[in-house]
Amino acid sequence: MSRNENGPRGTIVLNAERCKGCELCIPACPPRVLRMSPNRNQSGYLVPELLEGCTGCNACLMVCPDFCFEVYKFEPATKSSEGQTGAGQ
Amino acid sequence: MSDVNDKLRVIPTDKPPTGACKVVGSFEPNLAIIPEHDLCPGCGEPVAIRQMLESIEDLGHTTNAIGVVGIGCYTAFTSLMDVDLIQALHGRAPSVATGAKRMRPGNLVFTLQGDGDMVNEGLQEVIHTAARGESVTCVLLNNGVFGETGGQMTSTTVLGQRTKNSLDGRDAETHGYPILIADLISRLQGAAYVARGSVHDAKNVHKTRRLLDRAFESQMKGQGFSFVEILTMCPTGWFIPTADGPDFLNDELAAIHKIGELKRDGILVDS
Amino acid sequence: MTRKLMEGSEAIAEACVAAGCRFFSGYPMTPFTELLEHMARRLPEEGGTCINSESELEAIGHAWGAAATGYRAATGSTGQGLSLMQESMSEITRAEIPIVIFNIARGQGDYFQATRGGGHGDYRHIVLAPATVNEAVEITQLAFHLADKWRHPVVIYGDYLLGHTAEAVDVSAVDFGTLPDKDWAVDGRLGGTGKSKNINPIGMDKGTKGIEPARFWRALLEKEKKIAVEEPRFEVEGADDADYLIVTFGTLGRFAHTAVKNLREQGYKVGIFRPVTLWPFPKDALIEAAKGKKHVAVLEQNAGQMIDDVQLSLLGSVPITGIGGMSTDPSGFGVGPILDSDLIAARAKDAFEGKDVDAGVIE
Repeated sequence: MSRNENGPRGTIVLNAERCKGCELCIPACPPRVLRMSPNRNQSGYLVPELLEGCTGCNACLMVCPDFCFEVYKFEPATKSSEGQTGAGQ
Repeated sequence: MSDVNDKLRVIPTDKPPTGACKVVGSFEPNLAIIPEHDLCPGCGEPVAIRQMLESIEDLGHTTNAIGVVGIGCYTAFTSLMDVDLIQALHGRAPSVATGAKRMRPGNLVFTLQGDGDMVNEGLQEVIHTAARGESVTCVLLNNGVFGETGGQMTSTTVLGQRTKNSLDGRDAETHGYPILIADLISRLQGAAYVARGSVHDAKNVHKTRRLLDRAFESQMKGQGFSFVEILTMCPTGWFIPTADGPDFLNDELAAIHKIGELKRDGILVDS
Repeated sequence: MTRKLMEGSEAIAEACVAAGCRFFSGYPMTPFTELLEHMARRLPEEGGTCINSESELEAIGHAWGAAATGYRAATGSTGQGLSLMQESMSEITRAEIPIVIFNIARGQGDYFQATRGGGHGDYRHIVLAPATVNEAVEITQLAFHLADKWRHPVVIYGDYLLGHTAEAVDVSAVDFGTLPDKDWAVDGRLGGTGKSKNINPIGMDKGTKGIEPARFWRALLEKEKKIAVEEPRFEVEGADDADYLIVTFGTLGRFAHTAVKNLREQGYKVGIFRPVTLWPFPKDALIEAAKGKKHVAVLEQNAGQMIDDVQLSLLGSVPITGIGGMSTDPSGFGVGPILDSDLIAARAKDAFEGKDVDAGVIE
């Protein structure tokens, strides 16, 4: 889970409102970049948050019972100073 | 319990990323009309059903599939699954699927049943359907309990497992032994493809998808009866914390109901 | 018109084929077995399928799946086998799937099972009871038509006598009129469109969570009310000038016919009312036929089942006596002493003269 010098390899969009706080995505993530956050959705469930290091491997999506994940892979970044793009940055 | 470096930044996940990227996984499968369901947190059934729907779509059977659904928690998914369906009675999906496939042999016909449904109420149906080699695929969601009625023992409940009517744990002398249904079915000559998968981690979800693909392909090749048993988590019915579901499945259920392919092309796989 | 001598089971099988039935399933049980054997022989000749189901539970399931795909499908058994099928019959009725179900019964003791809808919940299915093999041939084809017309199961109540009596019959196809397309049937084609189907017995829709039970039940009950208005069928014979009426159903109709001739020769003017639909019971026609009668005798081969519907129809307006009874032979298949028109005439006479008649068991 070391930082990739060429920029992040992947990321996710989380539909937090669908989440039921089951935490199955946490151990499923190979680089271990998902952790439960202190935030709750409208239903009162704690939801996960994403740390740097996502590889876009889809594991979280595969184990999620509630269809909460949309998974992205970044195209390999060009070696320029603005190579680091991330979600919502 | 995370071993993540606290110095890593939190990445916002509320909007799609900017920059050159591609979607590798969409929120819900294309064959889900509505994605919201009321099944428990940590339930393994939606995970399995997703793989089944994606298999149907990717193999090109979206407009060719007829599903026959049993009665259990998963019955609620009939309003979500965008393929033609017939609702059957508890245990009685295999016979309905047989009748449908006999009249529409070009369709991909499958059943979706739980362990209480298939192995308790409907044991005769699935055995005879397999023995006759009917060209249908029976998909079993096995969580070792009657989930919808609140967590009672089924014929696949493992020894030692606590349920509402085996409160001290299933005991061989009082309750007998579990039925390993995939193993039983694999012994029948009419069964061409028999496999058992699981959804307790991403690797097994991925493997389960392959099993489903092969089962559906076996049906369409006209090999005979195909069967995929999928072990699913039911933390509610197991009376354990939600996050402990995968480990309980792996340690308790998968130890008895062993994951793997049991039969391919009509031939038993060497264990 | 070429008529051929055929045993009832064979004639019924030919009538199924003539009606376009291309699926049959069943489990052997006397006196239904021959119908299964004939269908097993005939359907493959017509490009159809006959499954030897592992039990009656699966037989109704097999027919359920076949019918859900839009093909004309049938199954059957005898009373005990129909008992096993009741849960499925209840669900099939509420899922609005057309299926024809034969009860080749051991006597007439399954009247309640057939007409009260022997399974769980609020529902009725159409029940037709032929008296002769000739009538059975027409009724079988009618059953498939009514099943499709209403999207509703139809039970045909036959018996040992019907199955095993040979008559000269003509089994050509009868045209009962046009029917709507079966656009409700499943074939997979609407998969992925958001409009895929779910043939189910509780009114579940695609794309919405939960169900609206009131709306669903209201529609079903409206349909059953319409069936009850449009579909009663009956036969009435010699009632206009009669002082007495015998009400009977099924194969006993033939015996009643001879008994009535016998009684008329003795000076009793007796008419016959024979419901052909056991449900919907032809109540209005019975009321009409019973008007002005001194006594009504109910002839059935059981300890008193149809007599309830007769009493409910006539509501005490005329004395009613049961003159039938449980009547069987040592084999238990229903070919019993009641099948004797002289005996029937004597019992009817006793009833008309106000004497007691033991309508329990006839030995």
